[in-house]
Formats: sequence, structure tokens, C-alpha cells
Amino acid sequence: MTGDWIDIGALADIPLRGARTVQVVGGEEIAVFRTGDDRVFALVNRCPHKAGQLSQGIVHGHAVACPLHNWRISLETGEALGEDRGCTPTIAVRADAGRVLISRDAVRATAMAA
Amino acid sequence: MNMHVKVNSDEPGDPGARERLVVVGNGMAGCRAIEELLAREPGRYHVTIIGAESLVNYNRIMLSPVLAGEKTFDEIVINDHAWYEGNGIRLITGDPVTAIDRAARKVVTRSGTHVGYDKLILATGSDPFIIPVPGRDLPGVVSFRDMRDVEHMLGAAARGGDAVVIGGGLLGLEAAHGLTLRGMKVTVIHLMPTLMERQLDEAAAWLLRSALEARGQTILTGANTAEIVGDVQVEGVRLKDGTLIPAALVVMAVGIRPSVALAREAGLAVGRGIQVDDHMVTSDADVLAVGECVEHDGQVYGLVAPLWEMCRALADGLVDRHTGYRGSVTSTKLKVSGIDVFSAGDFAGGDGAEDIVLRDASRGVYKRVVVRGDRVVGAVLYGDTADGGWYFDLLRRGEDIAPIRDMLIFGQAYASGGGQADPKAAVAALSDSAEICGCNGVSKARVCEAIVGGAVSLDAVRSTCKASASCGSCTGLVEQLLSLTLGSDYGGERTVKTLCKCTSFGHDDVRREIVAQGMRAIPEVMHKLHWSTPDGCSACRPALNYYLLCALPGDYVDDQQSRFVNERMHANIQKDGTYSVVPRMWGGLTNPRELRAIADVVEKFNAPLVKVTGGQRLDIFGIKKDDLPAVWADLNAAGMVSGHAYGKSLRTVKTCVGSDWCRFGTQDSTGLGVKIEQMTWGSWMPHKFKIAVSGCPRNCAEATIKDFGIVCVDSGYELHIGGNGGMKVRATDLLCKVTTEAEAMHYCAAFIQLYREEARYLDRTAPWLERVGLDYIKQRVVEDADGRDALAERFLFSQRFCQDDPWAARAAGADREQHAHLGDRPLVLEAAE
Ligand code: SRM
Ligand SMILES: Cc1cc2nc3c(=O)[nH]c(=O)nc-3n(C[C@H](O)[C@H](O)[C@H](O)COP(=O)(O)OP(=O)(O)OC[C@H]3O[C@@H](n4cnc5c(N)ncnc54)[C@H](O)[C@@H]3O)c2cc1C
Ligand code: SF4
Ligand code: FES
Repeated sequence: MTGDWIDIGALADIPLRGARTVQVVGGEEIAVFRTGDDRVFALVNRCPHKAGQLSQGIVHGHAVACPLHNWRISLETGEALGEDRGCTPTIAVRADAGRVLISRDAVRATAMAA
Repeated sequence: MNMHVKVNSDEPGDPGARERLVVVGNGMAGCRAIEELLAREPGRYHVTIIGAESLVNYNRIMLSPVLAGEKTFDEIVINDHAWYEGNGIRLITGDPVTAIDRAARKVVTRSGTHVGYDKLILATGSDPFIIPVPGRDLPGVVSFRDMRDVEHMLGAAARGGDAVVIGGGLLGLEAAHGLTLRGMKVTVIHLMPTLMERQLDEAAAWLLRSALEARGQTILTGANTAEIVGDVQVEGVRLKDGTLIPAALVVMAVGIRPSVALAREAGLAVGRGIQVDDHMVTSDADVLAVGECVEHDGQVYGLVAPLWEMCRALADGLVDRHTGYRGSVTSTKLKVSGIDVFSAGDFAGGDGAEDIVLRDASRGVYKRVVVRGDRVVGAVLYGDTADGGWYFDLLRRGEDIAPIRDMLIFGQAYASGGGQADPKAAVAALSDSAEICGCNGVSKARVCEAIVGGAVSLDAVRSTCKASASCGSCTGLVEQLLSLTLGSDYGGERTVKTLCKCTSFGHDDVRREIVAQGMRAIPEVMHKLHWSTPDGCSACRPALNYYLLCALPGDYVDDQQSRFVNERMHANIQKDGTYSVVPRMWGGLTNPRELRAIADVVEKFNAPLVKVTGGQRLDIFGIKKDDLPAVWADLNAAGMVSGHAYGKSLRTVKTCVGSDWCRFGTQDSTGLGVKIEQMTWGSWMPHKFKIAVSGCPRNCAEATIKDFGIVCVDSGYELHIGGNGGMKVRATDLLCKVTTEAEAMHYCAAFIQLYREEARYLDRTAPWLERVGLDYIKQRVVEDADGRDALAERFLFSQRFCQDDPWAARAAGADREQHAHLGDRPLVLEAAE
């Protein structure tokens, strides 16, 4: 069902230009990013290149540089930027009154993929 | 992985798990289609490409420059063998497909090879049209379509003599140009009254003709070929009016026909070309076609731009994201160096059409823009084609030009206001979708994206997105985009590298300005130095963080989010996302208490590996980020601190046993190493920094490949600098010799500080030394005693703020969010309803 959101924590708990992780039992770990302009994005925490943990990368603009080999991944689309090719699934997420909410369906999709 | 699973496979050795995609035609469209597909879903299909030519995929339009001697074949290869191999593509060359068995879903090649398919792409291109005159099969009569034709022409040109080119269109004129440059005496025979009549109006064609004649070509228009004469080899061309033109080589370039024989025999719907729908699917749902061989919506094309668009639609369809091809508007440029000709759309005028013409005889410029109902419908430019892209863009987008009508013909710079002929403003005003590079189908947006992505030179743009990499006629545009995007930094082929693509300043400029303007924070630097991105990138943020830290010891508040993961986590990330932990072992010394604590940590946290490093200490592997603080607490309890194996910082001080035990030892190398490590640990540097102390010139601690190395001798200490191992090993240079331990340490501190203050971020000492020169460093550290003292003093001052163990703080709970998941408990999903 769309429109069904899970509260995963306070926005303030994610550092500006940083990320936090959310574990999913039976699913893939999710990285929740907070950008310099204070927006939130979420991706499956797995680089399309060699599965680097995107949550550990440097966040700049609406992109994150993977900590392993520095691919740049768009937070908006999950696509690798520049000449690299690959895509990491995005997870619907939103901030509301200082809380971070992710879509239950999207989380379920990671569980099914895993 | 969501790969498409398909079980049937009739071929031994076929991967079987993936659908089989077979491409007939290893030309421009066939390979581009696969490139587009790989960009979408690399693993989806098992791809086989079958080509009639015996070569890898090359840029056909660049055959003209190859003929003219401006390029080599290697330079026009689009995809080399490594590309096919790297992408798991099976390539069959020199073996044309002779039949398609649609019922059995396989193709058969001339050599008898059968290749089964689930999806088939026909990309057979065009066949040159050969006029049916006697003598057309004589040796020495060639077409101009592939590399083999070029080789024939080059062979003939090497023998010199006369050449006749039949056909005064784009292809024929490019052939004539190449052969002229190769030293042949060339006559162009053209049936129509004017050259390139499909692209040029009379006026432009006349200018073109004059220019070609001035280069020594003979141009015969309204000339009809009757026969090609010769016994065993071509000797000449006879025209209908009886004129005989001698020729050792005849090039037929009168036109092309879509190559449809294969498709027709297979029973596919064929009109002028192989008929396809918007998704490039033929009358058989499993057979697609793309490129010059197709007919879409009644149109066939003979230029590359449409095929880029077709290939996108085709690839979208292959991965079930149907977008659809809607036909193309094309423009033409003639690739004859020194002659600029551009044409687009409908220049015939006619009903309700209005011509706007500009002639500048002294400059040899002719421009004509055809307008119908406030829309540009065609353009012909001769002599100055700079605005070609702009007119073409207006045409394609159907822009209302009423407001700029008066200025339209003067070009974009005038029409967009200002009245100043500023080419940059003109380029800036081009829309994102405007095509910059026609040869490779690259839009303005794509070029800018490449530049923003770090391609800050012409060469980098060429290799990143291929713009300007072919005929080069858009080089000026690309350079203007470089200068627009990079600002004042781009002054042609720059030699000074900018810190990154976010700024036009180089490392040294930034360091200087930080100090000169007393800047105190990353956002301030970005603001004052006009960063082009809101918050930098993964290249500049760590550099700025370091420069500020170095400039403001004790004052600067470190920005964790501008540090690479290892420095943020105070451990080294491993490929599986766990971390390795290396506690400091001063000078390589350890003791039972430390060893016991390490052993306990290994067992308690189930570390899968513990190993002795090349830096004389122990590395514990496989620690989860959540466990790091607890590991550190245990190590701290045994008196151990962070070894900074993860940092752009002082790593280890390697020592040998030295005079206390070794029979050759001249000084206490171990003791000195420990003291130096105690002085230097914790300091942040432009890159990692390694030190070693050897007790004698046998140099067991490898001091002469360290950033700072001490080799003890009877009379004192030799100080060595600028060495490293790594991919490019560099042995140190001797800085000087000193007599006491205290001096050795003092010089070490001064050298480190000079490096910290002046090297660029991510320069180790070796490249820095090579840039500034050994003499400079000697002058600062050895000759200038006051300067040395000041450097050493600044180093020791900054060390006061750095020698807190970062592990201790984390173990005590600092930055807890770095080590814990959000929400603390994992999400559990109730079973899907
Ligand atoms: C652990 C260790 C290998 C070992 O098990 O022995 C090691 C491990 C790594 N080295 Fe090393 N190097 C280790 C000693 C060395 C040495 C030997 C030495 O220091 O005497 C060298 C040659 C000396 C030198 O640095 O000049 C060495 C030259 C490199 C280089 C090449 C440096 C260069 O300037 O070219 C790299 C790549 C780099 O830094 O860019 C590198 C990079 C790395 C990295 C950081 C690769 C990475 O980015 O992940 C490895 C981290 C592994 C980890 O997660 O812990 N490692 N590495 C050694 C740790 C020493 C320590 O106790 O801290
Ligand atoms: C000299 C020259 C200059 C040009 N200059 C320009 C220019 O400046 N601008 C522009 O836009 N266009 C230019 N063109 C046109 C451009 O090259 C074509 O539009 C483009 O190559 C078409 O691509 P394609 O893949 O459809 O055909 P091709 O590139 O011709 O590829 C078709 C391939 O299929 C192979 N093939 C055919 N039948 C079979 C079979 N049965 N089995 C296996 N393989 C088969 C052929 O050997 C060929 O390699 C030029 C063309 C030439 C020849
Ligand atoms: S360098 Fe070798 S020989 Fe010399 S003191 Fe050290 S261990 Fe002994
Ligand atoms: S795993 Fe992300 S860049 Fe290699």
C-alpha cells in the first residue's frame, strides 16, 4: 500500500552532509542521507560498483562519493554519475516535523530483493 | 540479481541463462545500440555481433580524414577488442550473415556458422550505389564506404596520377579533397548543375566550387558519365558529350541505398529500407533494425545524428522502458579543412517562406536563413558556420523568432542582445539539448556534464564524452563550453591544475588565500573563492579541511563530513565494509601486556585475521563499525593508542635493533625511533608520512625509502628525505648530516612542518620534493637556521592539539552516531499481506 510510512528516527540524528544506516531484518541495509541543503534521500547501502557502503562516503550536492573507489552516485536516482555505469535502488523517504519516514513498500522491496 | 532467465539454448557453450541478442553489422549503429544497452542493463543479454568487415567498430565518418592523412585508422576506432572482451561480447568479423531463419531463430553466415538468437538487430547500413555504366567492374573503380575502399584509394594515390570522382555530394567532395591532399590530380564529375545540391543553394554552391577550384580540382557540373574505359585496369571516364577524362582511379560516390537484401529475403517488411516502428521493431517482433538500413515513418537517413536517437529508443525498448523514436531533423557539415559549409532543414523556400540573407564578400561569407511563419525552417551557411548549431537548434525546437528577427542573420551573439560579438555569450545561450558534436551525437548538456565531472581540458572532454574527438569541427564550441563552465581558469590548454572542478584556483592559490585572508571555515573558503558547487566534492572538501587545520592549529574545528571514511572512522574500511584496527607500537616495540590485549580483542570480537604489517605492528581485521568503540576501549585499557594506519598523517616509525644488541649498530636506533614517534604521532599531513631509523648503513629499517629516514653512522646521523615505496619507488635524497639525536629530531620537526605547510593535499614528500627541488628544501631546513627553528616550533605547537588519542574519545562515547544504526533496532517487516 503506498502512503504507508515508517518513522525511523529524528532528522537531527543524521549529520548534515552525512548519512546513517537502517538495518532491515531479512532485507538490505538502507543508507539515509542528509544533504547540505537539508534534504533527505535514501538508497540501498550498496554501491553498484563493488558493493561499497555508500553511507560511509562523502556527501556533496545531491550525490555521494563511494568510500571504496570513489564512484559518484546520485542520491536522487541512485545512478552512477560521470562515466561510470550502474544503479543502486532508491528508497522513498521524507522528512516531516523533524522525523525521518521511509516508505514501507520500498523497504519491503529490499527484503524481496535480498 | 534480476536477470532475465531463459532456459532454452541451442548452442553449446552459450551462457544460456541470458537472452541471446545478435547484431548483424559491426558498424556505427550496431555498436552504438549495444553501448546504449550496456549503459542501461549491462548483464541483461548475451551479445554477439557479426560484421562483414574484418575490423573492429570504427567511426565511418572519419574515413574522410583518414583518406586526407589527418587521422590514422587507430585514431578512429570507436571500440577496440578490449571493449568487446570486457563486455563479454562475442565478435565475429569478416563473415557476413547470408540468411536469417526466423522460424528457427538463427542466422547463418557465409562461412556456415549458425548463431541462435532470442532478439536480432539488423544494422547493415547502406550499400554504395554504383551507376550501371560499362566498365564499372574494372579494377581501379572503387566506392567510398569502408576502410577497404580507403586502402584502395591510398594504394592508387601512392602511385599518383589522375583521379575522377563521380558525384559532387558530401561524400564525393570529401574523397576529392583527400585525394588532392594525397597528390592526385582530381576531377569531380557531377550530374546536377550545382555541387551538393541537396544541401546547398546556388550561391553557397558557387562559393564552394570556386574554393575547390582554387585548390586545383577540376569541377564538371551537369556532366553525365557514359562509360568507364580501360582494358585490364581503369584508364579514364568518358562523358555523354564525348569528353574523355584520363583516370587511374575512379571513385563512385553518387549515393547510397539502404542495405535490405538480407531482410527482404527473410520476408520482413521492406520499403525503401527495413520498415520499423517507433521502437525500431520490424514486422517480426523479435527482429529489430537500426541505422541507415531502416525506414521509419517513410524516411530513410544517411547521416549519423538520427542513428544516435534511434539507438536510444532501441535500447530503451530492449530493457522494457519504451520511449520511442520520433524521426530526426538533420544538418550537414562538409569535412574539408579550411572550407566551412553548413546546411540544415529546408532551404528551398517556396510558399510563404522568406529568406534572410547576409553576404560578406570580403570575408567570403554567405548566410541564408529561411523563415516560415516566425519559425526557422532552414539554413545554409558558407564561410562562417559558427552559428550553425544555433540556427539548427532554433529549427528543431520550432522557436518563435519574431522578437529577434531583425538580428537573426547576424548570429546568436547579436540576436541575444548586447550587440557585442561575444562568442561565449552565444554558446551560453544554446539550449542544453543543442548538439555540439554532430559526429558523435553529443549535446551541450552532455559536454557540460563531462566538464563538471572533472574533464577540465579538451583532451579530457574528448576522452570522456567523445565530443570534438572526431572531425574536430566543434573544437571551438567545446573550448568555449570549457571556459564558460570553468570560468577564468580555462585559458586554452591550461598547465596549472585546479584543485578540483569546483574551483578555478589551484592548490597553491587556495592555501595562499586561506592564510592571506585569514579564512576560518570551509564554507567561507568556498564563498570567498567563488566555488561553483554548493558544498564542494569529495576531492576539495578533504583538502580544504586539511589546509584550514594546518593554518589554524588548535583553533580550527575539524569537519568530520569532509574526511574520507577511514579518517572519520579512525580505522581502515575493508571491501566488505568491516574495518581493520592498528594500534600504535612505538618504534616497533611491544610487550606482553599489549600482545595479550590484542590477543584478547581478537578472540572477544571474533576477528577473522590478525597480521604483522609491513610497518612493524599488528593489524586486527574484520571489526564491525558498531564494535569499534569497544575494541578501542580494550586496547586503550592496555595503554595502546591509535596507530593512524588510516590517516593522511604520521604512520609508523620503523626501527632496527641498533647499538643495544646488534653487532654492527652505531647508535640507539630503536630508542631514537621511539622518541621521534612520540614527537610526531597524531599530526595531520598532506598525505601519509613514514619515518624509519636504521642503526647503520646496512639500513635494515629501510630508511632510504621513507619520507624521513635516519641512517646512523659512527659520527652521527644522516638525514634522508623524500623516499617512498609504492608503485613508483623513490630512494631518498640526503638532506644533511647532524651529530646529535636532538638535532636529528629538530630537523625532522622542521622538515615535517615545511611539508605540512607547503605541499599540496595528496602529494607525498617525493613528488613535492621533485617539484620544489632539493636545494629549496635544504635552503629552508639546513641553511636557514632561524627559519628551521621557527618551522620546528610551529610543528611542536600544532602537535599540542593533535596528540589526543582519537580512539579514547570514541571509546568514551563521542560521535556515537558514526558507530550505530539509526533507530537502534533493525526494522522488522510484518509478512506481506
Ligand atoms: C597493513 C599494511 C600491509 C601489511 O599488512 O603489512 C598496509 C596496508 C595498506 N596500504 Fe600500505 N600497508 C602497509 C605498509 C606499507 C608499506 C611498508 C612500510 O610502510 O614500510 C608501504 C611502502 C612504503 C611507503 O609507503 O612508501 C606501503 C605502501 C602503500 C602505498 C603506496 C604509497 C605511495 O606513496 O606510493 C599505498 C597506496 C596509497 O597510499 O595511496 C598503500 C595503501 C595501503 C592501504 C591503505 C590500501 C587502502 O587504501 O585500503 C592498505 C590498508 C589496509 C588496511 O585496511 O589496513 N600502501 N604500505 C601495512 C601497514 C603498515 C602499518 O603498520 O601502518
Ligand atoms: C566517408 C564517409 C563520410 C561520412 N561523413 C559523414 C558525416 O560527416 N556526417 C554524418 O552524419 N554522416 C557521415 N557519413 C555517414 C555515416 O557514416 C553513416 O550514416 C553511418 O555510418 C551509418 O551507420 P550504420 O551502422 O547504419 O551503417 P554502417 O556504419 O555502414 O555499418 C553497417 C555495417 O554492417 C555491415 N554489414 C552489412 N551487411 C552485413 C551482413 N549481411 N552481415 C554482417 N555485416 C554486414 C557493413 O559491413 C558495415 O560494417 C559518412 C559516411 C562515409 C562513408
Ligand atoms: S642495520 Fe642491521 S646490522 Fe645495522 S644495527 Fe641495524 S640490525 Fe644491526
Ligand atoms: S564499490 Fe563503490 S566505487 Fe567501488
